[in-house]
Amino acid sequence: MNDKSAALLSNYFIYSAMAVYTLAFFAHAVEVAWSVKTPAVSVKKTTLDFSRTARVSRLAAAFMILGFALLLIAVVLRGISANRFPLGNMYEFSITGALTFAAAYLFSLKKYKVVWLGLPVSIAILLTLGSAITLLYRPSAPLVPALKSTWLVIHVSAAIISGGVFLLANFIAATYLLMDRYEQKGVRPVWAQKVPSLEALDNLSYRLVALVFPLWSFAVIAGAIWAEAAWGRYWGWDPKETWAFITWVAYAAYLHARITIGWRGRKAAWLCLFAGSTFLFNYVYVNVWGTGRHTYSGL
Amino acid sequence: MSTVLDSRSFLRWCWRQVTSMRTALILLLLLGIAAIPGSLFPQRTQNPIQVKQYFVNNPDTARFLDQLSLFDVYGSPWFSAIYLLLFISLIGCVLPRSIEHLKAIGAKPPLTPKYLNQMEHFTEIKSVDLDLIEKYLRKKHFRIRRDAASISAEKGYIRESGNLLFHLSLVLVLIAIGIGSLFGSKGDAILNVGDRFINTPTSYDILGFGKYQAEDSLAPFSITVKEFKAEYDPITNAPLDYTLTVKTANPAGSTEKTEIIKVNKPLTYGSTKIYLQANGYSPVVIVKDKFGKVVFDGPTTFLPQDGNLSSIGAIKVPDMQPQIGFVSSFLPTADRDPIRGGFSSYPEVLDPRLLISIWKGDLGLNTGIPQSVYRIDTSKMERIGLKALALNETYNFNEGSITFTGWKSWVNLQIINDPGKGYALLGAILAISGLLISLFTRQRRIWVKQGEKTQIAGLAKNGIPGLEDEIKSLVKEIGNER
Repeated sequence: MNDKSAALLSNYFIYSAMAVYTLAFFAHAVEVAWSVKTPAVSVKKTTLDFSRTARVSRLAAAFMILGFALLLIAVVLRGISANRFPLGNMYEFSITGALTFAAAYLFSLKKYKVVWLGLPVSIAILLTLGSAITLLYRPSAPLVPALKSTWLVIHVSAAIISGGVFLLANFIAATYLLMDRYEQKGVRPVWAQKVPSLEALDNLSYRLVALVFPLWSFAVIAGAIWAEAAWGRYWGWDPKETWAFITWVAYAAYLHARITIGWRGRKAAWLCLFAGSTFLFNYVYVNVWGTGRHTYSGL
Repeated sequence: MSTVLDSRSFLRWCWRQVTSMRTALILLLLLGIAAIPGSLFPQRTQNPIQVKQYFVNNPDTARFLDQLSLFDVYGSPWFSAIYLLLFISLIGCVLPRSIEHLKAIGAKPPLTPKYLNQMEHFTEIKSVDLDLIEKYLRKKHFRIRRDAASISAEKGYIRESGNLLFHLSLVLVLIAIGIGSLFGSKGDAILNVGDRFINTPTSYDILGFGKYQAEDSLAPFSITVKEFKAEYDPITNAPLDYTLTVKTANPAGSTEKTEIIKVNKPLTYGSTKIYLQANGYSPVVIVKDKFGKVVFDGPTTFLPQDGNLSSIGAIKVPDMQPQIGFVSSFLPTADRDPIRGGFSSYPEVLDPRLLISIWKGDLGLNTGIPQSVYRIDTSKMERIGLKALALNETYNFNEGSITFTGWKSWVNLQIINDPGKGYALLGAILAISGLLISLFTRQRRIWVKQGEKTQIAGLAKNGIPGLEDEIKSLVKEIGNER
């Protein structure tokens, strides 16, 4: 297989993964919609009966796994086509990022039973892949000299994995705030009844952040070690570095707020969302419009 | 009441405020927010040219921003104030805790509370021999206080050790940064292939010293640039690899050895590292005066303008009467385009052209005002010719002649001495180890009390889950052994 056909094949797998995630999205939607059970007597007593959609739920999970597998193949093929790890430009960061995000979801699905998250997660993956292949796509090409280092794989994959998990924690924090608002007003709408209790959501987003915060610290340190080797200084307040620092500080504040001061619930969720959005800002704004030395988006 | 007491209690009040967790959290968030403007406005330390441009474009706004130090955010008084306060707060919080923690090494867990039934995870089982439970807990590495009719057991003491290690390591990183900026140096030298560099202050094009770095403390090495090779992708024209071969000796004059420097592979002498930062071309020309006497012969460093290394430069010949200057462009692979005119279509030298416009008059070199080596101030000069020279071509103008005889590659070596970075790395490694220990260790206590029945209860710090299962398996295990 030559490099060009591998790159082309990789694109086909991206499209297939997108098709499967679309199916997963519909399966999740059907799962929620069809479980609504309205007794003939009173419309007010609408309840959810998920036993009716257990099979759809399993199907949706199967689609999520299949989508992940296809995406994994696409990312591997992309790497083969360029004879290196697929971490060279923003298109590649995005598909690899979507892959780790999908992996983080599957991991949480197994450990914490978060089927209800499937709907937003499948949309998020679809949007990421869609924008990657239309807006960010660049032909497969070798690396520029500054990126030729083992640290590329270590630093970028640590950053991308952290990012995937931070985003998942953000989704959960956002869900918390939404559910919290419903419960303030009265009762949750029917479709949201399967979403876990506020306390469980609060704990879950905290646990994801605590799990991945050391990895993010490591990503920043690995970046500093690499910067020392490539640019002659381990820290230079380059926009990317500045925002990585801001993200680190924001999550450090979140962890302190929770562990030491005992913040729970709404305040903690807002802080979590703030920290996560600094990561997103760094990824989107600094990569595309920013200046500085981290200009590898290829755009 | 004496004023001494007042001011003392006021100081104590201040200290308590500074070291309170709430203040630390506010400072931490402030630090994050304060770092933002540095990524929105150009910074003098990273991009002095853009800062100058900002002053030209919006002079009033720029002056205002400058008063707020927004072009030097990370060295500004307000940014420094935040992080210094944060670290004072951190030390004030962590040091007393470290002392407490050290004292507690080897100490027994606290006494078993009187009424276990008010504690969490309270369980009552049939009376069991306390020795059995003690043996079980010891096997699970609990620290044990055994009294006549009760056991108090604790585990996860290392959580606090990790936590303290993490915070103290951050102080080490801060100190390392301080050492680097006070005792370090950083400089650039531009060298053509064939040039020899000796590491003394006068050899540099730019050199900056830390406050306490003596100028004669530079490592005494020498570097001779032997060869520079750049490879490019023939399809995208993007660079693939740069290889710089040098001969180097430390100290200068001792036996030389051959070394290779790459973008991600600097040359190291102790805490000094030599980096390959940039490269370009230096066209070589011979200039003769009216009488055929050589007045200039050698390479001139040109500044690359794009990915295909179209470069601009200024060849200044002050030794002619009148003085002559060539405002020039160098195109490594010349091409023409009806709109853009001449341009370079590939970064390697395949078909070079030297475009020159010849000026005569006063180069302004004696005014004492520093000048760009890449530009000529032509305000007191007159243009007398315009020409595109191919390789080995000669052009005769009124005052003499110029011959384009070849080119050399130049490299920009960045030479940095940062004696603090080893400590910074050590601090970072310790910090991350401490973080891992503190986030993944569960600290919890288990109490057992013997009465008519055996009572068991526990307490997990920060309500971390898992203790309930632990107590369940304890009960089950003891039940089996009986």
